[in-house]
Amino acid sequence: MSALRQAQGPDLDGAIDPHGDVSVDALALAEELAGSGERAGSADIAEYALWLGDDALILSQQLGAWITYAPELEEDVALGNIALDLLGHARSFLRYAGSWDGRSEDDLAYFRDEAEFRSCWLVEQPNGDFAQTIARQFLVSTYMLELYSALRSSTDPTFAAIAEKAVKEVDYHRDHAVQWVLRLAGGTEESRARIIRAFGDVWPYAAELFRDDALTDRLGDAAVRPSSLRPGFDAVIDAVFAEAELEIPEGSASAGGGRHGSHATPLGHLLSEMQVLARRHPGATW
Amino acid sequence: MVTTSAPCSTPLAGRELPPSVRNQGNSGPASGLGDPGSRERAWEAAAAVKDPEVPVLTIEDLGVLRDVVVDGDRIRVDITPTYSGCPAMDAIRDDVELALLRAGFDSVEVRLVLAPAWTTDWMSDEGKRKLTEYGIAPPSGHAALRRAQGPVRVSLGVRCPRCGSLDTRELSRFGSTSCKALYECRACLEPFDHFKAI
Repeated sequence: MSALRQAQGPDLDGAIDPHGDVSVDALALAEELAGSGERAGSADIAEYALWLGDDALILSQQLGAWITYAPELEEDVALGNIALDLLGHARSFLRYAGSWDGRSEDDLAYFRDEAEFRSCWLVEQPNGDFAQTIARQFLVSTYMLELYSALRSSTDPTFAAIAEKAVKEVDYHRDHAVQWVLRLAGGTEESRARIIRAFGDVWPYAAELFRDDALTDRLGDAAVRPSSLRPGFDAVIDAVFAEAELEIPEGSASAGGGRHGSHATPLGHLLSEMQVLARRHPGATW
Repeated sequence: MVTTSAPCSTPLAGRELPPSVRNQGNSGPASGLGDPGSRERAWEAAAAVKDPEVPVLTIEDLGVLRDVVVDGDRIRVDITPTYSGCPAMDAIRDDVELALLRAGFDSVEVRLVLAPAWTTDWMSDEGKRKLTEYGIAPPSGHAALRRAQGPVRVSLGVRCPRCGSLDTRELSRFGSTSCKALYECRACLEPFDHFKAI
């Protein structure tokens, strides 16, 4: 944070700060916000913003863990860039969610406990080996591209604006994942065996993304009906799997429950790492 | 247009500014904000701000500068992020504010707007020329064309900014910043950055 933005005092003409005695922390947080200036119109809108924001935040945190560990330097950079885009989406959504009840994006990211998160189980699945990360990345980015494409028509202007921006970035994320699925499936026996195993591991968690919910029913055209995204998602999966000569894995769908606060085991571990600094030093800035 | 300004979006009041800025601000000829040329002068001042990560480009070249509105004695500048997570936006916002102070405007609000979403199609021809000179291959083709393709893509040829050859190869779709990809030229064997179409 620049000295400029931390500084408080009289302006050029010695006028009074219109924000009164806002503390430095509160002022700094508000100025860093990347999301909408509009206030969410209802608790349901705020809850839906949490669904989308938490998916982006958790996946971003997961991908960040690959930096310096990816198979090659370019991949460190790629996963780091994708994580950064996702963090941008998360900030926009979380800020919008928090505008409903006066919480900041940092309050929501760092000071909620596991049961208060609304992320889906797919993004909570561990990074595993590189193939598992790519398999998860392919499913999530394909879903997100369908989701944001549809959300551009939301009757909520803030959702529409965030989606319009995100869709172009997620397009690159899906492209990245598709290239790697093709490469791993068509590579060595070892890489092919690993991507097949990886899809077997993550596929059961895709179903949760397409389950309709009372919340999306109530929101109508402000949100996207999850089940409506399934055909578009399946068409992309089918096309890429055909190209890669992969089969859709068998096995039953996971129960999920992330939208209502029941989470896969790894989320707690991820949160403890992500939140420890902010909780140990609340309000810290640098 | 959907605005995205934070409630406290960079009001100047409440800031202690360096004396050099204060002096310039007060000594400049631009105290009469009501004059008809004030929007043009404000635009010029904001338009001269450079992208901190690609310093040959101004925010006008990039299409990041969207609007300048004069409302009484207040100036509002709208900027839009190139990428959702672009960390340069904070620096750009500060720089725009300082540039306007230096130009003599002392009540400035800088807003981040998300819609309409930024696209490389807004980059000026002058901006593309400067990028090439700087050693970065400018976006090729139109972003809309890219989106029309299916999930398995064909990419357009990218010309090497050093030797002009089209015999180039993508090393990584993601580069040193969100907006760039990494390429290499098979003719002159140099690696280079390519500004991705989005």
